[in-house]
Amino acid sequence: MKRPKARAKAGIIDRVRDFEVRGLGALGRGRNVPYLLLGVALILFPILDSDSSHVNVAADAGHWILLALGLNIVVGYAGLLDLGYAAFFAIGSYAFAILASGQFNIHVSFWILLPASALIAALFGVLLGAPTLRLRGDYLAIVTLGFGEIVPRVFRNATPFTGGVNGIVGIDQPKLPPILSWNGNFGFNPVPWYYLILAVLIVSLLLINNLRNSRLGRAWMAIREDEVAAAATGINTVTTKLLAFALGASFSGFAGTYYASKLFLVVPESFSFQAVSVVVLVMVVLGGMGNIRGVIVGAILIYFIQTYLLIQLPSWITGATAALNIDFLNKLDISGYVQRSNYLIFGIILAGIMLLRPQGLIPSAQRKVELELGTSDEAVADLGGSA
Amino acid sequence: MRFFVEQLTFGLTNGAIYALIALGYTMVYGIIELINFAHGDIFTVGGFFGLTLIGLIGLDHAPAALLLPGLVLVFAVAMGLNGLLGVVIERVAYRPLRNAPRLAPLITAVGISFVLEGILFLIKGPNQVSYPNLLPSGSVNLGFASVGIGAILIVLIAVALMVGLSQFIRRTRIGRAMRATAQDRDAARLMGININRTIAITFFIGSALAAAGGIIYGFYFQTIAFDVGFRAGLVAFTAAVFGGIGNVVGASIGGFVIGMIIALVSGYFQGGQQWSDVVVFSILIMTLVFRPTGLLGMRVPEK
Repeated sequence: MKRPKARAKAGIIDRVRDFEVRGLGALGRGRNVPYLLLGVALILFPILDSDSSHVNVAADAGHWILLALGLNIVVGYAGLLDLGYAAFFAIGSYAFAILASGQFNIHVSFWILLPASALIAALFGVLLGAPTLRLRGDYLAIVTLGFGEIVPRVFRNATPFTGGVNGIVGIDQPKLPPILSWNGNFGFNPVPWYYLILAVLIVSLLLINNLRNSRLGRAWMAIREDEVAAAATGINTVTTKLLAFALGASFSGFAGTYYASKLFLVVPESFSFQAVSVVVLVMVVLGGMGNIRGVIVGAILIYFIQTYLLIQLPSWITGATAALNIDFLNKLDISGYVQRSNYLIFGIILAGIMLLRPQGLIPSAQRKVELELGTSDEAVADLGGSA
Repeated sequence: MRFFVEQLTFGLTNGAIYALIALGYTMVYGIIELINFAHGDIFTVGGFFGLTLIGLIGLDHAPAALLLPGLVLVFAVAMGLNGLLGVVIERVAYRPLRNAPRLAPLITAVGISFVLEGILFLIKGPNQVSYPNLLPSGSVNLGFASVGIGAILIVLIAVALMVGLSQFIRRTRIGRAMRATAQDRDAARLMGININRTIAITFFIGSALAAAGGIIYGFYFQTIAFDVGFRAGLVAFTAAVFGGIGNVVGASIGGFVIGMIIALVSGYFQGGQQWSDVVVFSILIMTLVFRPTGLLGMRVPEK
């Protein structure tokens, strides 16, 4: 809500915000200028930063953001706790790995399989969701947790198809017609991977933003807030929840294809509960369930902590303790402790956020009210108290 | 026949451990309708409490005469400490969220599970830690097969704890308060029951039983690691659901049944060991889909 007084003394920011170039649609609106600038910066980033390892890090962070955005649909919008999100990531990865590698000598094009494996993952989402989404919310959490454990085990045990523990190596990589000085091969060059995930993310963001404000998005939020009331207003709760589940799964499958192809190999160990499902959940919860900006920030933060801070910190500490030359600090093996602290950090974030700031770092206004004041139960209790 | 008896004892001892964990899940779910994801890790912590105590009093080098009192002491202290851990977790992490939307305590429980696992990971490292087996090593010859005394003792200890628990819930005042709170918290409060204390006691008992399970696990497998509780917890939750969540007898039966299923699948099928977890988690999903009330459970309406 804007106060009219502040409106009258419109500063430069408000003037930019209300500025509009007609004919460009959403792009022409002043309020979207920061996003446009950010978009331009992201597009120019690989050109300005010549260190390709930075671009590689950004490209890897991209698929985590994609995963977090997908889980946000399930957890943030529809309010369903999915603890087996890694399963769909694994299904997407393996679907691509089997259909585009030397494993069976099948080589379907990346550009066909990218949407196809998202569809396959969504199909499994429906297969798992159709019988289980009728269950109470907390049962769903444990069913998805079980499913998330089954899928990597099946991939590990079905050796003839999946290469067992060793996984599948030598996965195809995408190709484009030559553009300018670039020959069109992705290979291990991070720059095209970066632009690919950036394009996927931009499309996903537009899609999710529109979904959230659509009839379906409002139905998700209605179910999240009060399932019984939502059903009473004519929402088919099972179908609506199923759509959230399938859409979330398809994002995961999409990310899986990208991940498998970029990494060149898949192994079952990389899809465990601890390695994927919880990490993505921490991203969503930390940033703010139900808020796109929050989820992106959360994903970047956690990715940074996991792949940079926890890996770099030990060497800094060893350096510092060596420089200080304090004997007992050297013996204490602090760097070993730091490297092993990721579980503890994730646990503290999950529990701490839920207890202290359930709306996350960057809350969605709607979700904040719900989580702070409670939903229907409270309201009913208030009525009961006043009667 | 010999092989069958071996698998049977393996299944029953394993099942006893799962049953002891499942009791904690089922009691907590029965009373506050929360899947306590941290319970599997509480089990692991209990096992490590036992290991530390054994080391502290030097029980693994004690003369035979002192073994029995020493064991009783280790079990009692570890169960007490672990019970307190459960109470603290409930007080700090779950009680503030008792009236929050469903998602909040569930996510917190996942977080607490990782906190416990993370602490163990920090202190004990990523590797398996060896555990002394203090149970007698002889075996009883049945003619067609022989059964280890240790295995018999494990099942006896577990059954004794289960019977004790069910009698406690059925006959004591506190047990009656627990049943009343599980049935209708508000009505129970109006009858003068201290809800917070009753829930705390439930967490204490559940965590204490998990500690017993953890020590038995250590004795039986002679090894423990920071993350054994994740899988064991999931299997035990399956047992609790299979038996009917909220039902103490059901959880005990479920534990033994799931233990038997794992033993038979890994014993009688080619490569069964790798697939046994897939079978167990499939049972979990099937039970929830086709008979969410389990064997003995009652229908719990969505509140």
